[in-house]
Amino acid sequence: MPNFIDRRLNPKDKSLGNRQRFLKRAREELKRVIKEQVKSDRIIDVDAAHGVPMPTDGASEPTFQPARGSGERNYVLPGNKQFSAGDRLPKPEAGGGGGGKGRPGTGESEDDFQFILSREEVLDLFFEDLELPDMVKLSLKETVTFKPRRAGFATAGTPTNINVGRTMRNSFGRRMALHRPKEKELTVLSEEIARLEAAPEISPKDRQRLSELRSELERIERKRRRIPYVDPVDIRFNRFEQQPLPNANAVMFCLMDVSASMGEREKDLAKRFFVLLHLFLKRRYERIDIVFIRHTDEAREVDEETFFYSTQSGGTIVSTALEEMIRIIEDRYPSQIWNIYAAQASDGDNIIGDSEHCAALLREKLTKLCQYYAYVEIIDERETEIFGSTDNGTALWRAYRTVDGEKSNFQMTRIAKPADIYPVFRRLFARQPATRTRK
Amino acid sequence: MARRATSGLLFQGSDWNFTTLSRAYDAIEQVALEEMGLSVYPNQLEIITSEQMLDAYSSVGMPLMYQHWSFGKRFAYEEHHYRKGHRGLAYELVINSNPCITYLMEENTMAMQALVTAHAAFGHNHFFKNNYLFRQWTDAGAILSYMDFAKKYVTKCEERHGTAAVEAILDSAHALMDQGVFRYRRPPRLSSEKVRERARERLEYEEQTYSDLWRTLPQTAESHDPAEAERDASERKKVLNLPEENLLYFLEKHSLILEPWQRELLRIVRVIAQYFYPQRQTKVMNEGCATFVHYTIINRLYDQGRIGEGHMLELLQSHSNVVFQPDFDDRRYPGINPYALGFAMMQDIQRIATEPTAEDRDWFPSFAGNGDWMETLRDAWANHRDESFILQYLSPAVMRKFRLFHLADRASERFVEVASIHNERGYSAVRSALSNSYDVAANQPDIQVMDVDLLGDRHLRLQHNIKSGIVLEEGSRNATLRHVRHLWGYEVSLAGVDPQTGRTVYEYSTAKDG
Repeated sequence: MPNFIDRRLNPKDKSLGNRQRFLKRAREELKRVIKEQVKSDRIIDVDAAHGVPMPTDGASEPTFQPARGSGERNYVLPGNKQFSAGDRLPKPEAGGGGGGKGRPGTGESEDDFQFILSREEVLDLFFEDLELPDMVKLSLKETVTFKPRRAGFATAGTPTNINVGRTMRNSFGRRMALHRPKEKELTVLSEEIARLEAAPEISPKDRQRLSELRSELERIERKRRRIPYVDPVDIRFNRFEQQPLPNANAVMFCLMDVSASMGEREKDLAKRFFVLLHLFLKRRYERIDIVFIRHTDEAREVDEETFFYSTQSGGTIVSTALEEMIRIIEDRYPSQIWNIYAAQASDGDNIIGDSEHCAALLREKLTKLCQYYAYVEIIDERETEIFGSTDNGTALWRAYRTVDGEKSNFQMTRIAKPADIYPVFRRLFARQPATRTRK
Repeated sequence: MARRATSGLLFQGSDWNFTTLSRAYDAIEQVALEEMGLSVYPNQLEIITSEQMLDAYSSVGMPLMYQHWSFGKRFAYEEHHYRKGHRGLAYELVINSNPCITYLMEENTMAMQALVTAHAAFGHNHFFKNNYLFRQWTDAGAILSYMDFAKKYVTKCEERHGTAAVEAILDSAHALMDQGVFRYRRPPRLSSEKVRERARERLEYEEQTYSDLWRTLPQTAESHDPAEAERDASERKKVLNLPEENLLYFLEKHSLILEPWQRELLRIVRVIAQYFYPQRQTKVMNEGCATFVHYTIINRLYDQGRIGEGHMLELLQSHSNVVFQPDFDDRRYPGINPYALGFAMMQDIQRIATEPTAEDRDWFPSFAGNGDWMETLRDAWANHRDESFILQYLSPAVMRKFRLFHLADRASERFVEVASIHNERGYSAVRSALSNSYDVAANQPDIQVMDVDLLGDRHLRLQHNIKSGIVLEEGSRNATLRHVRHLWGYEVSLAGVDPQTGRTVYEYSTAKDG
């Protein structure tokens, strides 16, 4: 008899530590890949699991390896069909003879293999230079909350979930079907036996009756034992299903100036800003629509591809975008049904005289329609020192500044590097605990 | 009648439980020990899930292993292929230890569990216990406790010196793992915990009492006599026991910059490399032995009416998958399948011992027709490794069956030549070429420590003895040398020397990197 050991219940993820070490090692490379992917992915796909090619820098394991195509080698191969000794075959162009195959995990064969980063790992890398507070990170990474809901009955479960009504109904049906003797029959019989036994003198007829009664009593008792009152098959449990908490719908408007002054860097920052807003919203809403509006001197609703990647020339009239947004809201997203969020990114250029119009639109219409309106002005890193957080700046900035003071759901900031983005959302996040309890 | 026929079966249906497992085990054990005369370590069978199998894969098949990122990389790699369905998992994994640990996958059907038990718990187990390489070079009784020690020691070092410092040493040591084995000299036995403890204490004592003053003693005047220098060189080579083929051993003993814990880490890597060295030399034999044993046992149980026909078909199907050998021009050709070659050769030995042809009597006079095939096989299993086994036992019949041919590939020419094929003139040549390709020591670059002047510039000189003109791949060679430099602490150079002409083909020194 050998020694059998069941290891299946041993703690899982024995190699988790190794995997984490590997990720840590490959971190720089992975960060670069993720950054590229965030740039090219659609906003809603950013927090999905990503496949990344096996990083080569910092994760290579060199050993002394024979060089290909040098020296004299001998191969013995199976399956000769037509060769005889002395035949000469031309060498294949590349790759040498039938010999060289990469060893798993070391050779060149690993270039074509991608490994999968989970959503958490991707977000970790994405958050890294955004400098989010830990609590925020945690809360963004958390997925939807669930609530147990009654969903019928089950034959298995924990004792606390026994449904007594169902169980007793089943037990009753079974007892009826199997003719389980009732308590009453038992008492009648035993009373009769007691009565007969109590008699001072027992006639032969009574004696026979008594033995009949006794055997009847024994039969009934045996039957009652065989057919239990409650059998395991009767037991029913309440079944619960994990149901995600219902969330309302939200729509997110992305507004961006695409005039020539917005370069590659500005667009990348703007995208990170939009992605982050999307992540925040995703925490709270089951379904999010995203509307992309770009503008030069006229505004149009476009798809994501066009929004980020195609350029357009022309002047800059910001108010056209706001008007377009108002039109779309009236058209498709009535504000009593939809939670409306808006994020506007611009470099602050605007045609003279339009900025006041924008501020008015914001103050009178948009801040009333929207849950939250965030404006970021993307500036050059050198300009940060000049402007700081002063009121000075472009006409658009100064005009928006007046709105900032009076409306609590309006946020604005200047950003020059990724780490500047988060403060825009601080207030949005701070409101979270209040709205979280919403059912 | 029908009842009696089925009651002899060891199991029915495809589900297994521990009762059927141990009933099958007992039946297999009976055939293995009594009829085949195998001798095995006590068995320990462990049931694991597919995820645990992946874990075991990535930690080089050891139940206990220290932590290192490269195992994580391997895990990611294996998992990727498994998820994509490129590759199934092994049905079992067996560890050369005493007791012999065999992992069984929970997904296997009962019939497969029986097959795997026969294959691993008896086939591999017998081979581990009896083959001379394993007996001489590994210590099955001590490996598990040694791995336990290694794991704890590495963890302790990480706590004391930081993960990064430990990883840096392990990275460098892993790069030299292939150069960390004794190929010809028998390695010292794994010493017991107490001896190791004492050695560590001594090192710590030396460290504490080390006085920097000794270093400042004035040097004696240098003589510039060439004969004197020559004598000096041979003297110091003698002291250091040079040339030395085991780079890790040399660095562990003589590196001037390593601290005791770093030396111990090198030693751990070296011991593991040495432990696996026999397995790399006996792939064909080991798998062939296990496959032959399971095939014989399963057929015997079927003949006894203890395995049903349905199960037998399942087992034969999986057996023939294992021993499938695609032709060289097949898309699926991965190289010669060690299971196929080993099994075919051992079946052939059985045939030669019982029903030899005239050709066999010619080639194998020592055992052709001796009738006792089991004894012949046991003898072969005990006393050979792949290279010598093929050289001695590969018969023309098997060469014809595999249609083996020998290709010679010279870098200088634009064609490859079919040197010999499976015919009367070619048998010996094909056989020795195949045997040679299984000689691990001959196929790995031969790199040795040649010289170092510990009192001078401490420049470590390595020499690569080039065989058949095969040089090293430059990128990985230079990267590996940088690892050597990391462990040695001073400049390291590698010279490629053609042993026939004594000419230096290439030379590379880490000093050039700057």
